[in-house]
Amino acid sequence: MLNIRMLSIRNLKAAINGMEILKGINLEVNEGEVHAIMGPNGSGKSTLAAVLAGRDIFTVTGGEIFFDGKPLLGMAPEIRARSGIFLGFQYPVEIPGVSMVNFMRTAINEQRKYRELPEMSASDFLKLMRDKKALMEIDSALASRSVNEGFSGGEKKRNEIFQMAMLEPRLAILDETDSGLDIDALKTVAIGVNRLRRPDNAMIVITHYQRLLDYIVPDFVHVLSAGRIVRSGDKTLAYELEEKGYDWIKEENQE
Amino acid sequence: MEAVSDKHILDNQLTDWYFDNRDQLISSSSSVFNSLRPAAMESFRKLGIPDRSLENYKSTDIPKVFLSPLNRYIGQRKILFAVEDLFHCDIPELDTELILLVNGWFYENRPKLQVLPGGMIIGSMSEAAKQYPDLLKQHYSKYADYEKDGLVALNTAFAQDGTFIFVPRGAGNDRAIQIVNVLLSPEDLFVQHRNLVIVEDNATAKVVVCDHSLSAHHFLTNSVTEIYVGPNAHLDYFKLQNENNNSNQISTSFVHQERSSDAVFNTITLHGGLIRNNVFTRLNGEGASNQTLGLFLMDKTQHVDSYTFVDHAVPNCTSRQSFKGILDDQATGAFTGRILVRPQAQKTQAYQVNNNILLTNDARMSTKPQLEIYADDVKCSHGATVGQLDQNAIFYLQSRGISIREARLLLMYAFGHEILSKITVDPLRERLADLVDKRLRGELTRCNSCPLHCQETC
Repeated sequence: MLNIRMLSIRNLKAAINGMEILKGINLEVNEGEVHAIMGPNGSGKSTLAAVLAGRDIFTVTGGEIFFDGKPLLGMAPEIRARSGIFLGFQYPVEIPGVSMVNFMRTAINEQRKYRELPEMSASDFLKLMRDKKALMEIDSALASRSVNEGFSGGEKKRNEIFQMAMLEPRLAILDETDSGLDIDALKTVAIGVNRLRRPDNAMIVITHYQRLLDYIVPDFVHVLSAGRIVRSGDKTLAYELEEKGYDWIKEENQE
Repeated sequence: MEAVSDKHILDNQLTDWYFDNRDQLISSSSSVFNSLRPAAMESFRKLGIPDRSLENYKSTDIPKVFLSPLNRYIGQRKILFAVEDLFHCDIPELDTELILLVNGWFYENRPKLQVLPGGMIIGSMSEAAKQYPDLLKQHYSKYADYEKDGLVALNTAFAQDGTFIFVPRGAGNDRAIQIVNVLLSPEDLFVQHRNLVIVEDNATAKVVVCDHSLSAHHFLTNSVTEIYVGPNAHLDYFKLQNENNNSNQISTSFVHQERSSDAVFNTITLHGGLIRNNVFTRLNGEGASNQTLGLFLMDKTQHVDSYTFVDHAVPNCTSRQSFKGILDDQATGAFTGRILVRPQAQKTQAYQVNNNILLTNDARMSTKPQLEIYADDVKCSHGATVGQLDQNAIFYLQSRGISIREARLLLMYAFGHEILSKITVDPLRERLADLVDKRLRGELTRCNSCPLHCQETC
């Protein structure tokens, strides 16, 4: 099988307020792969996700990122999104007054304009919304509400996956999509994610716990600790971590 | 000290103007107006034009706008154009009964007073004073207190014309009444108009007021509007302010509500120079409910100052105030919201919110809630914020492919949405939503609906 390289992260370093969080990350992601990134609190998991999406509160102090062969750093967040990067937020933002419909239509048309495609017609757009809502088992009323306003924790996370389904990204980065979810909500979200797996896209699933990986089975597991990937392996690494805890990695690293 | 003496000169000038023209004023007006002139003038001599030494006016320099040289006339000036050729309301499908006011005077392109199906009477205030003196005596200057505010006193001393709306008992009309206040003059001009809206028991009315300027001159308007909402009556009152940025406007409205009445007073400010909006509401009958709302979008050196006073005089009334502002460039704004709950006004519910977004470091906003509560069984709340657009929300939108410019616009639009959503005249709401969107995009100049296309700098 020919592996097509999608994302290359080389010796990435990033800081916030002068404090270095990422201290030299290396990661290669190919089409069709699901990578899980695990690690204790404060290890830099969410920072990595935010830097990939282009959040400017973090300063990249070193290294390179290539996405589909193009340098990613210096690209505005919206250009990254239009090129096919999607960030599923750990804490989705509530935006009162902006309806889901208006939000998604604007997003899709900006993406299409960037790809030199004509605007989607209103009827095609509504059909797309309908199809994806059905796929994600999303309540119909949700679409007429303001973005995340008054949504429960589970609804917010499901709404992230719904947006991912609408935008069909090449690379989805899911930042602790499982946090704050009970087991039923977790299953629903995971089923949604699995429906979006394709041979020509890829996912980076960031999680603190192994349990999400029972439902979204990764091809690779990486352990992040103190801003570095300290260990990589297949899905069995997640079980090993679950069994031995993060202290095991920390201790091993110190040796 | 110089400002004080300027004000002194100004007050004297306006007083002289009155006494020099008193005979002409009286001979051309009805007794309803004339009978109050001496007392109003006496009050003006005491109060004068309010300056910043007064707590209620400390955010806005009112004497300054009076001191700029403006032409003042007692009688109506001839307009050399057919206004209907210059002005057409471009709200599609807005089917309204129209009253046109030019420089504060009823524009006679239709009968001075019209009786509409259902008995509603609309038209000229001056004509109403002639034809219905008893009705006017019942309401004229009963709600506007010229003894407390120099601007109201000045308006009352000179009152001649304006708009008159009478909705008799039980009458109702889904068709909105639209008042278009046009400013159009070959020279800089001072304008005063006096308006009265009477909605009797069980009657319903929707009123849309649009303030426009059709020439690029400096205007100063000092208007007073009295609104009576009778028992169980409903009134929706929407005011759109869209004058050129050389025009200054002081607009004072008094809303008097009786038992179980329901009123919405909503002001949308898009363009204008210095604007002061006073809205005094008195809840005078049990079970009355009021919403006083405002949305102002300002840039350049615009200044908008909103003052509200809601007087809960009796028990079991509800009032909700919500004012929202977006200030760009060097724009400045102020909001003062006073709620008075009198000792007998138990079970009052009174709420007030003022939220503002500053888009630049130079824009300034001051906001001041004033709650005076003398009853003990009430629900009252107030909240005020001055902030920037939410950076997390901007990034969230960007992360979905939306440009930073579009993201900011979406958030600003969303911010104003709450106020726009309260507009119950559908075509007006849609049109205003569109105007607000254009205004936020910087695509709206007040010229774009005017066929003159003069090359003014708005």
